[in-house]
Amino acid sequence: QKVSVEVLDHLEHLALVDFRDAEGVERLQKAIQFADQLHEVNTDGVEPMDSVLEDRWCLYLREDDVTEGNCTKELLENAREKVEEYFVAPPGNIPLPKLEERETFLQGS
Amino acid sequence: LAPWIPVVGLEIHAQISSNSKLFSGSQVQFAAPPNSLVSFFDASLPGTLPVLNRRCVEAAVMTGLALNCSINKKSLFDRKHYFYADLPAGYQITQQRVPIAVNGSLSYSLCIDNKMSQMVTKTVRIKQIQLEQDSGKSLHDDTRSQTLVDLNRAGVGLMEVVMEPDMCCGEEAAAAVRELQLILQTLGSSQAVMAEGQLRVDANVSVHHPGEPYGVRTEVKNINSIRFLAKAVDYEIQRQIEELENGGTILNETRAFDSKLGCTVPMRDKEGKQDYRFMPEPNLPPLILYDAKSLPANMNHQQVINIDWIHERLPDLPSVKREKLVEQYGILPEHSFTLLNEDGLAEFFESVVKQTQMKPKKVIGWILNDLLSYLKQHSLTVKESPVSSSLLADLLNLLEKKEISSTAAKRVLVELWKGEGKTPLEIVKEQKLELLQDQKELEQICQAVIDGQENEVIMMVLG
Repeated sequence: QKVSVEVLDHLEHLALVDFRDAEGVERLQKAIQFADQLHEVNTDGVEPMDSVLEDRWCLYLREDDVTEGNCTKELLENAREKVEEYFVAPPGNIPLPKLEERETFLQGS
Repeated sequence: LAPWIPVVGLEIHAQISSNSKLFSGSQVQFAAPPNSLVSFFDASLPGTLPVLNRRCVEAAVMTGLALNCSINKKSLFDRKHYFYADLPAGYQITQQRVPIAVNGSLSYSLCIDNKMSQMVTKTVRIKQIQLEQDSGKSLHDDTRSQTLVDLNRAGVGLMEVVMEPDMCCGEEAAAAVRELQLILQTLGSSQAVMAEGQLRVDANVSVHHPGEPYGVRTEVKNINSIRFLAKAVDYEIQRQIEELENGGTILNETRAFDSKLGCTVPMRDKEGKQDYRFMPEPNLPPLILYDAKSLPANMNHQQVINIDWIHERLPDLPSVKREKLVEQYGILPEHSFTLLNEDGLAEFFESVVKQTQMKPKKVIGWILNDLLSYLKQHSLTVKESPVSSSLLADLLNLLEKKEISSTAAKRVLVELWKGEGKTPLEIVKEQKLELLQDQKELEQICQAVIDGQENEVIMMVLG
């Protein structure tokens, strides 16, 4: 069962991945096929597992103390653009170009 | 025309009152230099991991208990994915599958017909309470076509309280939120100040005809006060009714409330239906809570949260405080509502009652009619009142002892508002407001008045 172009487009929007070419899409299909093997096991009435450690994986609770922060300068070193002490971003999400306009394989599929 | 039934549900985000954030040790504080309260985890730098803040869990448990919820002894964390500049990780850690508390209820009261004399109690079901991260703040600079991002708020703990669509109008929604606000403030789990973004409300509104299925609902955001909440909800109900009666349809969309125009407008394009791709948060195991029965024997105290221990230490909720006021002082239920509605007013009232012989039933009139209306006129809080509880008590004592009349007392109060430091007794003496008790003196005054107005007296006698 092949993955439709609509689904590929939807995934590219959601995850900003670029399947790029036939090989990329094929890799995706193989990955789905591999994961689908899980359906061969009947899990009716079985609680989903959170971790192989089961009960031994305890959620650590931290005390409500202030121990971090105050590193504005360091953080802003990563910013390509800044204004005073703010990060600068475009005015809104830049939409992914429409399917027709994208340069990837999907255009030709 | 068939009647319309409006249906209103609410999603309320309350910022948890804590020193540090939900999953990191950076400080929680309103109005600090941009990006100064941000840890590496908050900025989503690679290699950082979430570590759950115990205080945030306790706040959520307290709130769940106060809202009569079942506390889930095992709850889970999930990732909710979407792209926005103020969400550096590209996902928010929330509790989508199994939240910390479910199936509660909130009782609130309304005045019928705007008269304080008749109150009716309503209940709204609480679907759930979940712990989640707040996002950073975006400041839109339209002139330079850019957004400035401050991550100080990113990662602050939130409790999302979901109220089922049991409400039918703006007034009910506002009353429910007001009661929730009072409860949160009483618990201390959130300071719930809407103006500081500590309490944010989104309303879900739809209309339908009796007997028919629920209509398409819209989500209304950007509501900044309880007053605007009522307006936004009522406007949206009307808009939907008019649209449907004109043969139109309602879109399942998100709308923003414009407080200046008093209407709702479609929000900037929300890219169709969002797919959040929920997945379990792989870096956090389930959150396990205990009660007296299930308390583990050998665990470190600091790592254990005992629901029963928290339950035993819950303070009196507003509804209980009101009942106690009514019972103890013989005031009306409506009075108790007003007392609790103003920060510090109940304490002021009780303080005055302690210091005066006047019956609480009479004192309440002076508190609600005189003191409160003055404070409102001058936009003062109880704490800022130029008249202290002892000064008012002194005044009421003079009245109670019949040393002054009620009218005189009101005049003294006017003087006291000036806050010049004079005592009621001093003002009474200054303005000669003492009641004359001497019968003979009173007769002399009356006679003098009659004597001085002979013509008027004759007119009166003649009829």
